[in-house]
Amino acid sequence: MTATATGTAVEHAVLDRTWSSRPGIVGWLTAVNHKQIGLRFVVTAFGFMLVGGVLAGLIRLQLIVPRAEVLGPEAYNQVFTMHGTIMMFLFAVPMLEGLGMYFVPLMIGARDLPFPRLNAFGYWLYLGGGLILMWSFVTGSVPDGGWFAYPTLTGPEFSPDRGLDFWLLGVTMLEVSGIVGALELVVVILRHRAPGMTLSRMPIFVWSILLQGGMILLAFPAIIAASLMLEIERKFGVPFYDPTGEGNPLLWQHLFWIFGHPEVYIMLIPATGVVSAVVQTFARRPLVAYPLVVAALTAIAILSFGLWVHHMFAVGIPMLALALFSVASMLIAIPSGVQVFSWLATIWTGRVRWSTPMLFVAGFIVIFVAGGITGVMVASAPFDWQVHDSFFVVAHFHYVLFGGVVFPIFAALHYWFPKWTGRVPGEALGKASFWIMFVGFNVAFFPQHFLGFLGMPRRVYTYDPGLGWEGHNLASSLGTGVLTLGILVFMVNLAVSASRGRIAGPNPWSADTLEWAAASPPPSYNFGELPVVGAREPLWAPGVDLDERTRAVTTALRAPTAPGAREQLATTVVDAQIVEVTRLAGPSIWPLLTAAAVTVAMVGVLVDAWTLAVLAGLGVVVGLVAWLAPRSPA
Amino acid sequence: MSAPVVGTRPVLLVALAAGLTACSGNPNALDPRGEGAARIAGLWWLMFWLGTAVFVLVLVVLAVAVVGSRRRRRGRAEPDDPTLAPPPEGERSAHRLVVGLGIVMPLVILLPVMVHTFRVGADLSPVHEGGTDLTIEVIGHQFWWEIRYPDHGVVTANEVHIPVGQPVELQMTSRDVIHSFWVPNLHGKIDLIPGEDTHLHLHAHEPGEYWGICAEFCGVQHALMRILVVAHEPGDFEDWMAARAQAPPTPADPAAREGAELFLELGCAACHRVAGTPAEGTRGPDLSDLAVRRTLGAGAIENNRANLGGWVADPQALKPGNLMPPTPMSGEQLQALLAYLETLE
Repeated sequence: MTATATGTAVEHAVLDRTWSSRPGIVGWLTAVNHKQIGLRFVVTAFGFMLVGGVLAGLIRLQLIVPRAEVLGPEAYNQVFTMHGTIMMFLFAVPMLEGLGMYFVPLMIGARDLPFPRLNAFGYWLYLGGGLILMWSFVTGSVPDGGWFAYPTLTGPEFSPDRGLDFWLLGVTMLEVSGIVGALELVVVILRHRAPGMTLSRMPIFVWSILLQGGMILLAFPAIIAASLMLEIERKFGVPFYDPTGEGNPLLWQHLFWIFGHPEVYIMLIPATGVVSAVVQTFARRPLVAYPLVVAALTAIAILSFGLWVHHMFAVGIPMLALALFSVASMLIAIPSGVQVFSWLATIWTGRVRWSTPMLFVAGFIVIFVAGGITGVMVASAPFDWQVHDSFFVVAHFHYVLFGGVVFPIFAALHYWFPKWTGRVPGEALGKASFWIMFVGFNVAFFPQHFLGFLGMPRRVYTYDPGLGWEGHNLASSLGTGVLTLGILVFMVNLAVSASRGRIAGPNPWSADTLEWAAASPPPSYNFGELPVVGAREPLWAPGVDLDERTRAVTTALRAPTAPGAREQLATTVVDAQIVEVTRLAGPSIWPLLTAAAVTVAMVGVLVDAWTLAVLAGLGVVVGLVAWLAPRSPA
Repeated sequence: MSAPVVGTRPVLLVALAAGLTACSGNPNALDPRGEGAARIAGLWWLMFWLGTAVFVLVLVVLAVAVVGSRRRRRGRAEPDDPTLAPPPEGERSAHRLVVGLGIVMPLVILLPVMVHTFRVGADLSPVHEGGTDLTIEVIGHQFWWEIRYPDHGVVTANEVHIPVGQPVELQMTSRDVIHSFWVPNLHGKIDLIPGEDTHLHLHAHEPGEYWGICAEFCGVQHALMRILVVAHEPGDFEDWMAARAQAPPTPADPAAREGAELFLELGCAACHRVAGTPAEGTRGPDLSDLAVRRTLGAGAIENNRANLGGWVADPQALKPGNLMPPTPMSGEQLQALLAYLETLE
């Protein structure tokens, strides 16, 4: 057990006054607390998932029978472009970063993220970028170049209207927001872990968020650069990608996939981190082969940067190069295998309770393994020549992204719901939602494998009868309906449980990680007395004997050492030994105003209102100055 | 929870086998009629059986794990106090499971897949196969295919005619956006990229008509950009080529003659070429052999008089978003034009 002595009521009151956001609407707009910001990411991302889901429904409605006329070709292209864009950029990554922002500080015994205002800025930027993309629906110039936006189709000649500008500028803002979040998470994990939480005692979920953050920092700049170049080509005619001007459309593909392939694992790695947390909790034993799992996650993070060409097997690259990328892509199976069999061995040697999160995880394992096997197949370049850009690939990546990322996200939402709300979600509806989703998912996506072999390419708005595609498409569309029902049941369950669920207490699942040592929901300051860790599963381990110095520090931090000071422990990277006490910034309106100015500047560029763009750009500078201006000491 | 999953697996296998062998005559990558598709199908079946074995293995381990976990759970009192850490049991054998099945097993499985991948990839690589007797240029356009036989001076559209029994080199590029040439029964796909040349060797084993479709999203009518490969016995191919090498005959029928003049007057010739006439447009498909093509609009509709009339009168109705504008004309003019177009062979 960790040292989580309670402290006095007075100390709690002082801590709460120090760490709380201000009351009322102003407080909401100026909030910087990691739990508020993290939850905003989670809720907003869930909302965007519903929008993307509606678009998926439209896709399946249009393809339910041959020559259907639900959507015309233009509308269909817009819908599938926005479905992919929303699910990747507005749902999966922000959702997982949001979970990280909320839970990582709790799991490592910190009081907040290291740059709270930057974190708030990241959220507002995310919202701004998301609204720019949504605004395209209002204007009618909806992006229609696919989520991959390949030039020359997306260049000025072949996509002259504004749709692609919405896409490029919106996505750029989202990626900057992603980088901001990653910075926060990497720094908090490396420098603000509880004393004693050495790297080898870090929960796997925290490892996964650390690796995700590092990958975001390396991968996102590639797409930001690529997008800015394409926007410059579109606005000013500089031919980066236009072959008639000595540009090269393949340059985009390389840059895009240098981002885009790690992106897959940027989503998958934290999702597997959730799985490890849930398996450990519900099997009620430590994860088997923890060091191997950490090594596996690290290997995936590194390997994922060497795979991008497997998205380009059909562009005419010589076979020797393709062979290297084939091998590298197949090697991912090994660290993935380590993870899968670690979970299975943990279940085998544990005493599993089959609560809803564990069911989602078991469903995840089945679907993810299937998707991983087809992943090895498409990694084989010659085989990929057949199935590339066919429905086989659509099936494959929905197995790894829906099965591999969305199922763990649903497990996480159910698992951590008590921490957010203080109430345990209902099990009956939870289990029902899992089974409906599991069946619906497989009915929706398994038949798509066949469609790929039968020659149905992706991104086609219609098909003729008599090609042997009708049955598979019909099943796929009906399965999507069942899947939707499952998601609705899941939402109803959480909505009902928020007010009627059983009171959770701090640790309803008897889990082992530190977030379960805090109250549910946690107070603004997370922990009255900062926890000190002596084991990998701190809540399953006996208490820690504190040395003199540590005791002195944690005792001192039971209340602010100066009025209003938001104090946080900084510790060493590897051993988590106390280095110093840092002070964090408090609430401020300037992150919101600065992000709003960025959004206005982007809109100015979008509609060619250059004066507006320049003025808003100046506004960003003003915002940053005001934000960073030193305050007189209280 | 794994029991129902295990139960459905045989059903899925049966469905898989049925789904993959049905519907001959339609595009089907696993019904190979050419060298590339055959080699790739062989690779697929190797990976399919290995993959199925791995999947079943995981399900079995999951099932055994669930049962084992349940037995262990019954066998002892429930410690509800979270501070009572469950003592790690069977740690060493659990570790062995992870190393054995998580590392060694994938390596063993991947090795033959990698070797087979290299072999098939190298054999199908155009460089490795060397020169061919026939080279065909395929040029992608929104949303149709230009097909040129440079050694014979023949140009056509949306149909590639090849002789069986020998590799034929397709040399590809694009005039506008990226397209991808995919005829599943014959070979995998290769992209057509503006400013680049790509190559694909088609080697049909038996005569027939093989449908394919553009596989890279290329804009509003990506869905209706189909391609037909017609594989002939070598003798028949020679005949086809000899017929194509001739310009279409000057129409004898007066209506058709009027149509030929209208073709030039109404502006058709600005975009379309007809060999042996002043019509030298290159924006749209070459129409020199229009009357003998199977379809109109790159596979959008069957080529018959009614459809041709509908297409000429209002191209946007049948394939919305294609780049052919409607041409205002009277009913008589349309009939004359159709009479002329039907002589183009």
